[in-house]
Amino acid sequence: MSDSILGLDGIPAKSINGTGEISNNGDFSGEMSNNGVIITQSTKPLPAGVTLPLYMDNHATTQMDKRVLDAMLPFFSVKFGNAASRNHAFGWEAEEAVEKSRQQIAKLIGATAKEIIFTSGATESNNLALKGIAEMYRERGNHIITQATEHKAVLDTCKRLEKYGFRVTYLPVQADGLIDVEDLKRAIVTEGEGKTILVSIMFANNEIGVVQPIAEIGKICHDNGIIFHTDAVQAVGKIPVDVQAMNIDVLSLTAHKIYGPKGVGALYVRRRNPRVQISAQIDGGGHERGMRSGTLNVPGIVGLGKACEISGEEMATEAARQTELRDYMRNKFEKALDYVHVNGNMEHHLPGNLNMSFVYVEGESLLMGINDIAVSSGSACTSATLEPSYVLKALGLGDDVAHSSIRFGLGRFNTRAEVDYVSDKLIDVVLKLRELSPLYEMVKEGIDLTKIEWAAH
Amino acid sequence: MAYSDKVVDHYENPRNVGSMDKSSDEVGTGLVGAPECGDVMRLQIRVNPETQVIEDAKFKTFGCGSAIASSSLATEWVKGKTIAEALTISNTDIVKELALPPVKIHCSVLAEDAIRAAIGDWKKKNNVAETAGVQVAVAAH
Repeated sequence: MSDSILGLDGIPAKSINGTGEISNNGDFSGEMSNNGVIITQSTKPLPAGVTLPLYMDNHATTQMDKRVLDAMLPFFSVKFGNAASRNHAFGWEAEEAVEKSRQQIAKLIGATAKEIIFTSGATESNNLALKGIAEMYRERGNHIITQATEHKAVLDTCKRLEKYGFRVTYLPVQADGLIDVEDLKRAIVTEGEGKTILVSIMFANNEIGVVQPIAEIGKICHDNGIIFHTDAVQAVGKIPVDVQAMNIDVLSLTAHKIYGPKGVGALYVRRRNPRVQISAQIDGGGHERGMRSGTLNVPGIVGLGKACEISGEEMATEAARQTELRDYMRNKFEKALDYVHVNGNMEHHLPGNLNMSFVYVEGESLLMGINDIAVSSGSACTSATLEPSYVLKALGLGDDVAHSSIRFGLGRFNTRAEVDYVSDKLIDVVLKLRELSPLYEMVKEGIDLTKIEWAAH
Repeated sequence: MAYSDKVVDHYENPRNVGSMDKSSDEVGTGLVGAPECGDVMRLQIRVNPETQVIEDAKFKTFGCGSAIASSSLATEWVKGKTIAEALTISNTDIVKELALPPVKIHCSVLAEDAIRAAIGDWKKKNNVAETAGVQVAVAAH
């Protein structure tokens, strides 16, 4: 049994439930359990540059950049005009700001300003792209190709299109999370009513950070006269995206993943070679070239443009910095712990993403031990479904390993001190939970867990 | 998810963590749950053959905080009880003590199963007949 003390570099006198109640007044180490095992309490002060709670979940959303907020503020008050008001200065001012944003976005992805359609966010962009293209090109064919680890905004939209009579192929991913382009080629139907009209493959995955071979996919699509849509929410502003070089026809992006506001996104829709048409899914005043009616969210759009501008300017240095921090973090885990592994291809990978499995430790208990750090677990226990991530399962991971996975999402505001704090704390919690883990003990004794007949429950 | 103070306390200071010699006749071992379900509990008891009193209990659990707390609490409760008394511990007692929310009730069920499995193992080793009461209780869930 354990008699080691595995106290953590935690918060002085702060309880684990995050209420900030002082339960033992910083003198906890004197009151150990009979195992001498303590998980979170510690009297050690926080390292310099670290404040709690600590945010490291930047694939979910990002903190707005102060520069973005400053750009937006006037458009909430004095510059309140409707960008569709053509006959007075208030409208012109708003329209000018909107057009500037279009240019900022277009520049970041190699498009032209006229090809940018504003939406309420990437979920709407994905819905508009898939449903709008399916509807517009239905006479050409009824086959759509996507892949297993897409975001639900794509997968569930495809499910709905299936109900409407479209046939959808969901390509599998390989163990590293990438699709096999040969699978794509094989899935394409070039003739008849069942002709493939649309391929939708995400640029970078939100859970495991892998970057799909987008340029290769784009070329295959164009060679076959198929429209290529990509959900580029996690990629835009983080890694180079060029709709021309990569043969992307339609692309979804959103502001809040790049330090902009929530509730605003865009859809790039190619205007030439080929000209892509999309059936509107929201009817009204015919805004956005008739593809998306509704009064424009001018402050949000200004924020999105500014966020794109900053991301573009800082991409090279920021990507290098985050990649270095990510690899540093990974090395720390691999040095301190056995039975850990990264999920997803690490060569074709987002700079700020690290998805690791801490095998023989259950994810929710892991998160409970790092309660003041915001990261994501591979299991969706909090949604009460207890289902492990479908993305990790698509890689072929067992439920038990998927349950033991943590997604770290490094962002613009994370520092090396924070990375040190998070990794040290996580290592301590994993060590402690493995002291508690019957699976870890059994594996250490050389028992093959797959050979055990687990009692079904 | 918000955890009750008692769950947090057991998670932070788990009681009776450890292992006993599985091969000893005095030790009963219960291993319940499955890795793919995200919960595996191992509860072990050392029983005095004369008095049938559980003199010591140890656990190890792979699972969420509520699963850890349920098994930790189970070891506290069975210690000092006779095996007959220990068999009266039900999952609802654990739910109540730890204020488990509905989605975590399965953790308490697993802890009750672990107690029963450990006692069953000890009985088997020591050729003690299962009592009717136990079977009824098992059938009840």
